[in-house]
Order: sequence, then C-alpha cells, then structure tokens
Amino acid sequence: MKYVLLIFQNPGAFEALPEEQREGLMAEFRAFNEEIEESGEFIGGSALAHPDTAKTVRGRDGVSVTTDGPFAEAKEQLAGYYIVDVESPERAVEIAHGDPASRLWAIEVRPIMESVGAEM
Amino acid sequence: MSAHAGIEDLLRRLAPQVLGALMRRYGRFDACEDAVQEALTTAALEWPAQGVPENPRGWLITVASRRLVDQLRSDDARRRREEGLAALAPRDEALAPAPGEDRVPEEDDTLTLLTLCCHPALSAPSQIALTLRAVGGLTTAEIARAFMVPEATMAQRISRAKQRIKEAGVRFGMPSAHEHTARMRAVLHVLYVIFDEGYTATSGPNLQRAELTREAIRITREVRRRLPDDGEVAGLLALMLLTDARRPARTRADGALVPLAEQDRDRWDRASIAEGVALIGESLPRSAVGPYQLQAAIAAVHAEAPSAEATDWPQIVILYELLERVAPNPMVTLNHAVAVAMARGPQAGLDLLSRLESDDRMARHHRLAAVRAHLLELLGDEAGALESYRAAARRTTSLPEKRYLEERAARLCHG
Repeated sequence: MKYVLLIFQNPGAFEALPEEQREGLMAEFRAFNEEIEESGEFIGGSALAHPDTAKTVRGRDGVSVTTDGPFAEAKEQLAGYYIVDVESPERAVEIAHGDPASRLWAIEVRPIMESVGAEM
Repeated sequence: MSAHAGIEDLLRRLAPQVLGALMRRYGRFDACEDAVQEALTTAALEWPAQGVPENPRGWLITVASRRLVDQLRSDDARRRREEGLAALAPRDEALAPAPGEDRVPEEDDTLTLLTLCCHPALSAPSQIALTLRAVGGLTTAEIARAFMVPEATMAQRISRAKQRIKEAGVRFGMPSAHEHTARMRAVLHVLYVIFDEGYTATSGPNLQRAELTREAIRITREVRRRLPDDGEVAGLLALMLLTDARRPARTRADGALVPLAEQDRDRWDRASIAEGVALIGESLPRSAVGPYQLQAAIAAVHAEAPSAEATDWPQIVILYELLERVAPNPMVTLNHAVAVAMARGPQAGLDLLSRLESDDRMARHHRLAAVRAHLLELLGDEAGALESYRAAARRTTSLPEKRYLEERAARLCHG
C-alpha cells in the first residue's frame, strides 16, 4: 500500500537553525533517505522550494485565475513530500517517526488511492 | 497460444528448476538467481528467432552456469586487484557443468525455493517479489509494473531480500520437519496474496497486474503436483479457481465493481468452477480441514447457486462458523455476518457485527461500515444505511470501492 508523507514546516524554519544543527540534520536526512531506499520502500519525492516562489491557479466564476503565492495562508506550509510503498499502515507511520523532520516539524501520512478493489 | 507466449510459459516453468540446479552446485542464492535471470533474458531474446533448443533446461543451465562462473571470476579478480595481487584467476573447470549434468532428471527444487523466498526474515512485500522472480521467472520490470512501483524500487526490494537471506545464513534445503508446517503456511499465504493482488485489479492500467492471478494459479498447481495429499494446497488451488471463475462478472465494462449478489452468473467460468468444485470435493473428506479448504468450500457453494437468493446460506453459515474456529479473524467475522443476515435476517447479521465495533482496528475499517450499510439497507433503515455507506466511502483507499459505495449511497438518496 502506498502512502504520501507530507512535511509541513514554517517557511525558513530550517534556515533559522544554527549551522551545526543544520549540518547534523542533513547527515541524518541522508541516512534516513538511504534507509528507505535500500529497503525497497521509497518510490519518489522531493523537497519543495519556498512558498514565496509558488503560484496558485484557482477557479473563479468558472475560469482559472493565477495569483502569486501559496494556496493557503497557514503558518505551516508544505515543504516536501515523498511516496513509500509499504507492508502496512503501521509501517508508514513508523517511517514518519524515523524521519528526522518529524522531531522538528509535522508529517502528514496519507494513503494514496488505489485502482484495485474488492467487490462486496 | 502464440509461439512467443509458449516460450514465455516454458521459461517461467523452467526458471525454478534451473535455479535449483545451480543452487545445488554453487549454493550462492544471490549470485545464482542473477545468473538465471540473465539466462532467461537471453533465451527470451534468442529463442523466438532461433527456435527452442532441443534440451531447453540444459541450455539454460549451461548459459546460467557460464554467467555465474564469469561473475564469480570477475569478483575474484577484483578482490585480487584490491588485495594488490595481479595474478590472473586460474581457470576453474570445476565450475563449469560436468558432461551430461545438464540432462539430470527434473529434480524437485520448486518447494525448496518457495520456502527460501518466503523466509520469515523477509517482509511480506519482499517475499512476494522474490517468489515472483525466483520461482515465477518474472523479470524485475514485470514485477514492478504489476505492483505499480518504479523498477528501481523493485530491484532494491529484491536485492535487499537476497541480502537478508545471505545474512540469515539460510542453507539450500527443505526446512526441518518441525519448521515445515509454518514455512509451508507462509508459502501458501504468499501465493494467496499474489493471487489476490491480481484478482482485485479492475481494468485499464491494471491489466499487467491481472497477470499475477495466472501466475499464482500456475505456481500453486506446481506445488500441488509435488504435494498431492496436502489438503490445504488443494484447498488454496480450489479457492483460487473458484474465485477467478467470477472475474468476468465482477466488473462492468467501465471497471465498476459488481457485488456478488448482482453478478451475471452466466459469465462465470464454468470450467474453472468444475475444476475447483472437484478439487475441494476430493480433498475435504480426506484431510484435516484448514482455512483454505473452508474458504474454497464456501466459494463452491456460491459457485453452484443459481442466484444470490437461491444460495444455500445455512450451509455457508456453518462453514463460516468452522472457519472462525480454525482461523479467527475480523474479516471472517464480517463475511460470517453477511451469511447470517441472508440465512436468518439482517438483524441477526447486525448483532454479529457489534462484536467487531469494540475492536479498535476494525471499528474504523471501511469494510465494517460497508457491511453495516448493506445490512441496514436490507433492514429498511435507509438513513442508517446512507450514513454507513458514506462512512465506508470516506474510509476506503480504493477508487473502485469508493465509486461503488457512493453509487449505493446515491441510490438510497434518489430511491
């Protein structure tokens, strides 16, 4: 079963950390990425650029209109995402706990809809 | 069957035999498995144009052995270079197959390989991937497509699984007698999961995935050939055949799911049903009854009923009671509740469901909500049914299930 892990943080939160802590975190992130790649669970994902660089295309009166900036005004913004294919929902949550980001920010673990289904 | 499909079938059937022959000679699962895959790939490229060799198994063993020897020699040479020894690796003729050895009678390695691939040190997704590659003879790309993950992810999963087996120091051979039962149970479970992954595919982009059903049935047949007296193996094969028989009727042309009660039974595959019914009829009286035989027996009762109403529901209730005794599990309770509702009325089914509501894992499960919705609808409680259908639709992670549940809800709204 596939899950997307969405990392939310205050924009600039990482940059605001002291350099030493940032370096330590980067090493932890690398080790964490390697671990879920090696286990054959990681499918893909990426860090995202600052929300200031975003544009939002949204429907207004039946037409789509572009505005600068992210879709939501929230303090915490989507900062990155990755997709894993795992054995169980518990394993997806366990992966989120293993992600160093989960100690500092928040990770939403969301199932991805599948195209297979059982008749009832 | 086209010549190409014929060759593919032949290669998949020979894959475990060739791997077994190499394993017995060289004993290194990871390296042998890679060499066999390369030999299979070469054969798949060459045989359609050049024809199938007279002794295909011997051909594959020879080519795979050569690959393996080359690989071992180059590993060896690298090690020597790394150790600062420039000496050329001596040719080791002992590594090449002995004359005539490629014509040994077919030895039975399929079961040994299956227990190896389903080793308890591996996670379930790894067991599945390794079984399909080492025993099924599928390529990593084919397995990746079937499970809709990138090939790199699947390759990693397989290589990690092989690494685990190496680290666990697993020897090539059947597990000891006291381990045997547990390991065979794991094998049957993996085969069932592979089947189910294929069966639950709907249409369109999932066609590749549906191949898994065929593959699971094929491997289970191979297991049964080797263990003809094992009632659970017969039960699993019967269950697969009886379930697969419904496939033509389980989805509409647009991929929407059709519930069992509404399926056009004329579209069920009668040949599959006949084989499944015969299998289970033969094995039930002869062996200790296990969960696969009971599930197959239930599927057989459905298969032989002319309609949902004319089904022998009391018989199905008895079979579910037995199943709950030998293999208790919330999903069994759910299906049991449906059968009870059909036999004794919806309220009796709902009473049985209430047992599951206290189970934390089940309380929020979409299947519980879906069954409750269905039973409330039968009871005539439309508001309750609507609420439960909507809850189930919110909770499922399957697009076709969500669509089905929303349709049921909409039907109640517009009555």
